[in-house]
Amino acid sequence: MKADSELSKKTALHSTIPAIYRSPGDKVFKLIIFTLSSAIVLLAAAMAIILYIEGRPAFRAFGHASFLSNTVWDPVAGIHGALPFIMGTLITSFGALLLAILPALGVAVFTTEFAPKGLAQIINYMVDLLAAIPSVIIGLWGIFNFAPFMREKVYSPLYFWATEHAPGLLPVLGAPSNYNLTTATIILALMIIPYTVALSRDAIAMVPQEQREACWALGATRWEVMSVAVLPYAKPGIIAGVLLSLARALGETMAVAMLIGNSNRVPFTLFGPAATMPSVIINEFREAVEHLHYSSIMAVGFYLFVLTMGINLVASAIQRKLMLKKGIS
Amino acid sequence: MNKKLQHQTAPEVRMETKKLSVIYNKTVYGVRDVDLPIYTNQVTALIGPSGCGKTTFLRSLNRMHELLPHALVTGQALLDGQDIYASKIDPVVIRRKVGMVFQKPTPFPSKSIYDNVAAGMKLVGIKKKSILDGVVEKALRDAALWDEVKDRLKSPGGSLSGGQQQRLSIARALAVEPEVLLMDEPTSSLDPNSTTRVEELIRELRQQVSIVIVTHNMQQAVRVSDYTAFFFVGEMVEHSPTKDLFEQPKEERTVEYLSGAFS
Amino acid sequence: MNIRYRYLRDKVILAVIVALTLTVVIPLAIIIVYVIVNGISAINIDFFTQELGSPSRAMLGRPTGLMHSIIGTILIDLTALVIALPFGLATGIMMSEYPEHVFAPIARLLTSTLNGMPAVLMGLLAYALVVKNTGGFSAFAGSCALAFVMMPIISKSTESILKITPWSLREAGLSLGLPRWRVTLSLVFPAARGGILSGVLLAFARAAGEAAPLMLTSFGNNYLTLSMSKPMDTLPQRLYSLAISPYRNWHAMGWAGAIVLLLFVMLTFLIGRITVQNMKRKARRLSNNT
Repeated sequence: MKADSELSKKTALHSTIPAIYRSPGDKVFKLIIFTLSSAIVLLAAAMAIILYIEGRPAFRAFGHASFLSNTVWDPVAGIHGALPFIMGTLITSFGALLLAILPALGVAVFTTEFAPKGLAQIINYMVDLLAAIPSVIIGLWGIFNFAPFMREKVYSPLYFWATEHAPGLLPVLGAPSNYNLTTATIILALMIIPYTVALSRDAIAMVPQEQREACWALGATRWEVMSVAVLPYAKPGIIAGVLLSLARALGETMAVAMLIGNSNRVPFTLFGPAATMPSVIINEFREAVEHLHYSSIMAVGFYLFVLTMGINLVASAIQRKLMLKKGIS
Repeated sequence: MNKKLQHQTAPEVRMETKKLSVIYNKTVYGVRDVDLPIYTNQVTALIGPSGCGKTTFLRSLNRMHELLPHALVTGQALLDGQDIYASKIDPVVIRRKVGMVFQKPTPFPSKSIYDNVAAGMKLVGIKKKSILDGVVEKALRDAALWDEVKDRLKSPGGSLSGGQQQRLSIARALAVEPEVLLMDEPTSSLDPNSTTRVEELIRELRQQVSIVIVTHNMQQAVRVSDYTAFFFVGEMVEHSPTKDLFEQPKEERTVEYLSGAFS
Repeated sequence: MNIRYRYLRDKVILAVIVALTLTVVIPLAIIIVYVIVNGISAINIDFFTQELGSPSRAMLGRPTGLMHSIIGTILIDLTALVIALPFGLATGIMMSEYPEHVFAPIARLLTSTLNGMPAVLMGLLAYALVVKNTGGFSAFAGSCALAFVMMPIISKSTESILKITPWSLREAGLSLGLPRWRVTLSLVFPAARGGILSGVLLAFARAAGEAAPLMLTSFGNNYLTLSMSKPMDTLPQRLYSLAISPYRNWHAMGWAGAIVLLLFVMLTFLIGRITVQNMKRKARRLSNNT
C-alpha cells in the first residue's frame, strides 16, 4: 500500500503538469475569450460611427438642427427633413405604450398574484410566444385581416358619424385609409405587450414575500395587498420595463412599415397614412439611388440609434439602481 | 490520546502565514495580520463566532479569493517556506498542493463516481487507466468510501447520500495527493451518523496530510484537532494545542467565547 | 370602509384584470388561427419544390413555390449562426466566468443595449460594411446582418445560463488544482449545455424571423441560388414582398410561407423554453438538496 502510494505520487503529481494545464493555459484561454468578446464593443462602436459617417453628407448639406426640424422630405427635390418620421415614431410608440400598459400590467398581475399556477404558466407561454412571432407575420395578418376590418367596422363609421355630429374632429381623424396611423399603433401595442408583461412580471416577482405577508397579516384583501405592498415596491422595475418596451416600439419595423401607409405628409391624421423612422428606411432604402437620399436615410438610422441607445441606457441605469438597492449584484 | 507528547516535540511546520490580511473592496478587512503555523500531519481547527473571518482565512490558504471581485490579500502565506502569493508562483499548482473540501458536498453532477475522483487527474491530461484506477481506489479507500461504492463506480456522483457525497468530495481532493487539506465546516450539512464517519476519517487522514478545519462546533474541534486557533472579528486571538486552548485559555476573549458569551 | 365593499372592490378589479388579460390573449389566438387556416389551404407540394419565378407564372397558373426562399433562409441563417457563435459564446463566458474583470460590466451594458437595438439598424450597418465594400447585395451580407442580431442574444442567454450553474461547482474544480479554462469547459459548460443550446436556438429563431435587415443586405431573388455572393431569397423578406404585391396568388403563397415560418419559430421557441425551464428546475433542486 505504501509503495503504491509512492508510485502514484511520482507518476501523477511530480511529473510536471504541462503548461496548458497551469496558469499559462489560463492566460491563453483568457486572451482568446477577451479577444472574441471585444467584438461586442466593436459592434456597438461600429454602429455609432458608421451610421454617423454614412449620414454625414446629409448632416453637411442640411445641418443637424434643420435635418431634425424640417418637415419636408422630398428625395426628388433633394430636400430631406426627418421631422415627419421622428413625429411618426414618437406618436406611434407613445400611443402604443399607452395602449399596452394597462393590459400588460393586467396580465402581469393576473399571472403572478391571481391565476392558479397552471393557468398562469399557460398564459405566460402564450404571451412569450406572441413575442416570438415574426414581425412580418403580424404585418401580414394586419394587411389582410385587421386593417380592412378596422376600416370597415371602426374608422369609416366613426368618420361618418363625425361628419354629421362633430365636424370639428375631422381634421384630427382624417379620411380613413386602408393603412394608417391608428392601425399601426394598435398593432405596435400588441407587439410590445409581451416585453412589458415579462419585465413587469420580473419586477413583481422580485417583491419579497414578507412584504405581502405583512400586509395580509393586517387583514388586507387581495387587491389591497397588491396596491399597498406589491405595486409600489415593484414600481421602479415596472418603469424600467416600460422604458425598454418603448425602445422596442421605436425600432419595430416590418409590421409598422406594412400597416402605416407610408406617407410623410404632415400633419398626420389618426385615420390617415403616416411614416416612422424604421418604416422610411425599409421603404426607401432600396430605391435610394441619389447619394444624398441614401445618406439622409443613414442619418435617420443614426438618430434612431441615438434614440434607442439613450432609452436603453436610462432603463438599465434604473435597473442597476434597483439591483443595488436590493443587494443583488 | 498522547497529546502531551506531541507538543513536547514541536511538530514540523508545513504552512505558515505572516501578517496575512484579506481586504474586501479596499477598505473592509476580512481578516487582519494573522500569523499562524500549520503543522505537518496535524489537524488545526479554526473556531470563532460566525463572521469572524475563519472561512476567509481558510480560503486565503489556497488562493481561492482570486475568483471574487474586489478581494485583496496582503502579507505572506508560506508553504514549505515558499510564499504562495509570490509573483512567480502559479495558483493552479498551489491548489494542487493545498486541496479543499467545502461546507456542502460538491460532486460534479454530470460525472460518475469514478470520474469525480479522477477529475483532478483526467482533466489535466493524465488519462492512463492503469494509473487512474490505482489513484481512484486509493483515494476512495482513504476516504472510507470504497466498500460502499466499489460496485457502482459508473453511477453518477449525485446518486449518493449526503454523507457519502461529502466523503466523495474528500476522496476527490485526496486523489491529487495534496500536502495540505482545507476543510470548511465539512460536516455542517450532514446528519449525526455521517458526521461521526467524517470526523473519524479526519483523525485517520492526518497521517498522510496536514489538515486545517473550520468548524462552528467546539466539541468537534476538541474531537478532531491537535491545535486550535480562535478567531474573533477578523483577528486571530489565540493559537495553542487544542487541549490547552479549551482548558486554560490565555486570552480574555477566548474565555468569554468558550463560556458562551457570544456565539 | 366596510368589508363587503372591500370584497366587492376586489371582485370588480379581478374582473377588470381578467378582461385585460383576455384582450392580450384573444388577438394572439386570432393571429395564430388565421395564419394556420389560411396557410394550410395554400400549402401544396409545389410550394416546397418550385421556385417563385416571374409573376406571370402564378398568373398563368404554372407551378410556383418558395423552395428557393426556404433554402435561402437555411443557408443565410446557418452562416449567420456560424459567424455569431464564437463571439456570442465567448462574451457570455466572459461575463459569467470573469465577473471580477473591469470589462465584464461594460460588456453587459453593451449586450443589453444591443439586444434592444432595432434589427433594421443591423441591416444598415451590414450594408455599409459589407454590401458597399463588396460591390453588391449578397447572401453573405445578409448573414452578417443576422449575425449582428444573434450575437448579443447569444451572449446574454449564455451568461444567464452559466450563472444558474452554482458557483460551488467552479470552486470545487479549482480546489483540485484545475486551471480555470478546464473548469469552464469541462465542468461548467457540460452542466449548462442544454440551456446554452436552447439559448442559441432562441437566438436563431429570433433572427430567422427578421425581415428588415435582410431587405437591406441579401435583397431577395425570385430564383434559386446557392451562391453566398449573390442576392438570395429568404422567407421573412419574401413574405413582405408577397404581401405588398398586387397578385392574389402571391398573397396565398404568402400565407403558406407564413405558416412554415411560424411553425419553425414556434417550435424552436417551445423547445428552447422547455429546456431552459427544466434546467432552472434542476439547478433549484440541486441547490436545495445539497
